[in-house]
This record gives sequence, C-alpha cells and structure tokens, in this order.
Amino acid sequence: MNKHIKVIAPGTVKATAQKEACKECQTSCQSACKTSCTVGNQVCQNR
Amino acid sequence: MHVFKFGGKTLALDPITGTLLEVDDLAGEVLKLWHHLTPAEITAALSDRYSVCDLTEALSEVEELAAAGLLDAIMPPEPVPTDASVGQIKALCLHVAHDCNLRCRYCFAGTGDFGYERTIMDTATGRAAIDFLLRSSGPRRNLEVDFFGGEPLLNFPVVRDIVAYGEEQAAKLGKVIRFTLTTNATLLNDAVIEFLNDKQMAVVLSLDGREAVNDRMRPLADGAGSYSAVSQAVREFVERRSGKNYYVRGTYTAHNLDFATDVMHLYNLGLRELSIEPVVGGAGESYTLTQDHLAALCREYERLADFYLAKRDEGDPFNFFHFNMATYGGPCFGKRVSGCGAGCDYLAVTPAGDLYPCHQFVGQQEFAMGTVFAGVTAPSLVNEFSRANLYRKPECLRCFAKFFCSGGCHAHAYHSNGTILQPDALHCELQKKRIEIALGISAFRSVQ
Repeated sequence: MNKHIKVIAPGTVKATAQKEACKECQTSCQSACKTSCTVGNQVCQNR
Repeated sequence: MHVFKFGGKTLALDPITGTLLEVDDLAGEVLKLWHHLTPAEITAALSDRYSVCDLTEALSEVEELAAAGLLDAIMPPEPVPTDASVGQIKALCLHVAHDCNLRCRYCFAGTGDFGYERTIMDTATGRAAIDFLLRSSGPRRNLEVDFFGGEPLLNFPVVRDIVAYGEEQAAKLGKVIRFTLTTNATLLNDAVIEFLNDKQMAVVLSLDGREAVNDRMRPLADGAGSYSAVSQAVREFVERRSGKNYYVRGTYTAHNLDFATDVMHLYNLGLRELSIEPVVGGAGESYTLTQDHLAALCREYERLADFYLAKRDEGDPFNFFHFNMATYGGPCFGKRVSGCGAGCDYLAVTPAGDLYPCHQFVGQQEFAMGTVFAGVTAPSLVNEFSRANLYRKPECLRCFAKFFCSGGCHAHAYHSNGTILQPDALHCELQKKRIEIALGISAFRSVQ
C-alpha cells in the first residue's frame, strides 16, 4: 500500500471497450416498478 | 474523479476506468483536480493547505496509477452496433394478465388493467410470442421471458403452457430461455409452487414491509389488507425453495421515508434476498416522492447500509439488490453503455400480442411497435431506442455513475421530461447514492 492511496479495485471498464458486446448477458431493466438493476450488478455471461 | 465518504473512509472512483481507491484527504484533493490541471497547477492550488513534500508524494502515487492505466479522463469512442444486430430481440416481458386481485394505490398499471379492459393472454398468443422471440433473436443463445401483469398467476395455465412450449422450441434451435415471474404471492398454491420450483424459475415476490405500510398501499380488491396472507405465503414459498432464486421486492413511498425499517422487518421475517424501490409516478398524490424528500431518503439508505454491514459482521447476512456491485469484473463496456435495451433488445407484449418498448410504455399508442404475429412494424422506434445510449445523454456523460447505471430508465425519463434522453432527476440522485454505498460496501469487503 502506498502512503496516500490504496487500490480497492482496479477498473476494467475501459479495457473491455475494444470488443463488441456479445449481448448474451442478463437484461438489466432499470425500472423501479420492476426490480431495477444497475448494470454494475450484472454478470458477464462469458466470464 | 468522484471523491466521497463512506463508513469513515474517503473513497475515489475514476468514472472512466471504474478504478476504486481508498485515499487520505490530501490524495482526495489531488484526485479531484487530476483530470483538469497539470501537476504543477495542482501543487500551486493546494500548497496553502499541504506541504510541497506531501503534495509531491501524493502526485507521484497518482502518476503511478495513471501510468498503469488505472486512471483515464478520455471516453472510448461510441460503439456502433452493426445493422444486423439492431432489432435482434433478447427478452420479452409477457403481460399474461392485464388483471389483478390487488388494488395497489401506486400501481403504474392502473391496478392491473393498464387503463384498458381487464383481460388475459390466450395460449395461441403466448406461443406466438415465443415464436417471435426465437425468430427475432439472431445468433443470441441466452434468452429471457418475464411473466408479468397485472398478476400473472391469474393466468397460470397459460404460463405453464408457454414454459413448456418455450423450452421445447428453444431446444430445437440450441437456445435457452430463462423464465422469471413477478407475483403478489396471493395465488401461490401447491401446484404453482411445485411448478416454479421444478422449472427453477426465478421469482420476484411483492411485499412492502411492515403490515401498516403494506396494507396502506396494497389492499385486496375488497379493500382489506393483503399483508397477513402475503407475508405468510412468501415465507412458505421461500422455505420450500430452500431460500434460493427469489427476491422479495417492496416499494417505498412518501408515507414510509423510514423504509430501512421495512427492510429490517422483511429480514426479521427470515427473508434474505431483498429489494425495496422508490415509487414511480403518481404526480400530485400524497405518496409521491419529490426532491423535497431526497435528503431524508439518502440518510435512510445510509441507515440501511449500517444494518446491512452489521448483519454481515454478525454472520447472518442478506442481499440487498441495489448494494450488490461488481467493482472488479461485471459487464463489458458495450453493456454499460447501452443500458436496459428496452425497445430494441427487450420488448413488452400485451395480452393481445401487441408490442411496446417495455412494460411502462404499454398502452401508449405513440410507442406501439407491432405485434407478435406481424413482428416489429416500427423500425424507427427500434432505431430511436437502440441509439439512446450514454453518448446521447449529456447529463449522463457528466455523471460519475454512468458506467454503473448506464443511463437509467427510458420510461421514467420520458414520463418525467418528455424524452428518453433526459433521465428523471430524482431517480438519478437516488441511483447515485445507492451506487456510492454499493462501492463503499465493496471497499469494506476488500479490506476485511
């Protein structure tokens, strides 16, 4: 750990921007009148 | 960089890469300026409060992270979908019943009828919906059908037929349909439970929490409260599927701004998979949430987070849907940019087989997209929705939470602001608060 900063989670968002989405992952309806998802709690179907 | 506090820690999120850091006050100040000023300018800006030596140290750590690709200020270019992939359907919300045996006061579906006559879907239409999904899904293998309403179990025979038909037809094509069902739990008898468990169907069960809270907003058709029967049915159902593959989902309103107490109530009923959501719509009603409630609601999410962490520390944790967050991993960039997929990947089907972008647009003729028999006959709507990604939403581009939220609900946006490209402001603020807490919880998980 550095003196001022600790990495909790290294980001992977931009690293996946090179590939086209396979679109196999779960639908993430964000309507609060169903059970709204954030995409952040979705799982990649191919991982 | 978005710098915020959670549980006594100072955390920093790089919105572009998704990197999450724990920082001291000095590093937090440096990171706030990092994407906007040069190191020399940052030193000059902060030298009245910190020593040059400390600033140099902190800047060096930040530069190290940037060199490793963990910090970045530049958005990747917008992914352009191929023509062939636009309009390939992945999921359907099947309204098998535009009818309900409850009369929930906040129901966006007009207590089940969506503003039209009370009706149910017939078998032929249900099967046609499956055929439409399979022929419209292109190369996608994993498909989804959500049984919705109204109350879908008012039409259980058709649900059962659609599942059997869907499994059979999908298997012929080497595809899989994942079925889910959202129910008020009033019609969960032995036959239904056995079927849902046998099919391993994910089930969302509606219950708002404390008896008085639930019964104020969720009366039966005869006006009596639903809590007693529903809470008993939910507990029995969860027990009979060994506590797996379900969510109990509540709605909070202006009448229960202390909604964390309702989550605690559900927890004390023995339920461990929980979600509670802000009420939608109802402008001018006494239950409607407004910006005036925002500060209280944010404090309540913090109180809920304290309860969540306390139960985890006691060794009897629960899942709260909005606090689950994959900070390392999670979906790819394309998914994070495109959001829910309503109107392009995902459509709602009425009992008559009419198609709409999602359940919240049902009955609005300007959003009619075709039928399961004729297919999509409004390609302009498909294009409009498929292009409604983060890059078309200026407010989202400025938001730290964009890659965790992906732009919010199109329907809320449209109903609040008249365009699917401008998200509902209150729901944005609530979403940001929940994302901060989810990230904070993940930080505590990593440390321990």
